[in-house]
Amino acid sequence: MCFAIKFNYRAYLLIFRRAICLWAVCFCWICSALGVEADFQRVVPEQALRSGSTFISQDLRNLQERDDLNPATLWLAQGEALWRRELSASSPSCAACHGADNQGMRGVSTHYPQMNQNSGKLINLEGRINLCRTRHQHQDALPLESDEMLGISAYVASASKGMPMHVVVDEHNLEHFRKGRAIYYTRMGQVNLACTHCHEQNWGRKLQGETISQGHVNDYPAYRLEWQRMGSLHRRFRACLSGVRAYMFALGSEELLDLELFTSWRSSNERILIETPGVRR
Amino acid sequence: MVARIILPPRASKAEPFEVRLLIQHPMETGFRQDMMGTLIAKNVIHSLEVQLDGQTVFKSSLGTGIAANPSLQFWLKAEKSGTLKLLWTDDLGVQGFVEKALKLE
Repeated sequence: MCFAIKFNYRAYLLIFRRAICLWAVCFCWICSALGVEADFQRVVPEQALRSGSTFISQDLRNLQERDDLNPATLWLAQGEALWRRELSASSPSCAACHGADNQGMRGVSTHYPQMNQNSGKLINLEGRINLCRTRHQHQDALPLESDEMLGISAYVASASKGMPMHVVVDEHNLEHFRKGRAIYYTRMGQVNLACTHCHEQNWGRKLQGETISQGHVNDYPAYRLEWQRMGSLHRRFRACLSGVRAYMFALGSEELLDLELFTSWRSSNERILIETPGVRR
Repeated sequence: MVARIILPPRASKAEPFEVRLLIQHPMETGFRQDMMGTLIAKNVIHSLEVQLDGQTVFKSSLGTGIAANPSLQFWLKAEKSGTLKLLWTDDLGVQGFVEKALKLE
């Protein structure tokens, strides 16, 4: 058969093209896999993950664990009162929809921050509470860091006590996750430190008489002795930003929400259980 | 202002039991300054009273040197069940009270 052994350059060209295409696809796939891999890489190995409460003194742990001593219970009581408060006929109480106490909210706070489907924005638990307040209760949004907001968010979050956080990164929030990750690994301020330098590379060592924790976020809103009151996670972020003399992002700002998403993902492990309301130095 | 009275799960007439008080209060010492450098006025709980069914159990004068959100505890021996009431007044004249039912076995 004469035509079979004839040099068919068209066929070779086709095979060559296909090979190039295949290689290109493989290359892209490997690159993207490496990129995604880099996104989800942990500096602290999973076996070494420890809650912030393992870095504080025994006295402080007692204060956190005993219900009759924990000063955060004062805010929880306020949150519980707000949960049951019937504002008017057109604005039902939280209890009217979500149940008489917070047990119906068990596990809810483990998924925050998450994407809001209506607005397409990332919201945390405080944002979710304010959405509920403005949309369903027809009330003004609670100011962040107010006693009411801290009380109600702690009341909802404390229902998930003892559960691990479960923040999943998917194609919807990947962009926010990457931004949060970038903030976490960017040197900032006059002191020129990133979050990672203390909380991933030097945890367990001393900083001015305090043991540096791994910076997990399983205990917020928490009572801090330094503040002498309860405070949100964003306030805690700002305290660290102030510590390295960096620009302090506003409470509830996009940057802090992105950072909250990244740190919540970082704390999503069965070794770290939710301890809200925590007590910290 | 919020406060809590924390009673033991079981209390009897026969023996004294521990009562804990937790009050939400900033307990400003009068020595701190605000962002502009002006002194923040002293504001601490200066008097505290505990009543059982309207009868005074004790009165107490407090001052500076107590941390914010003070936690206080005392021992009480009561002869009958009733309502335990905690009243307090601070330097700004703000008064507060909280009540809790006391059941004795």
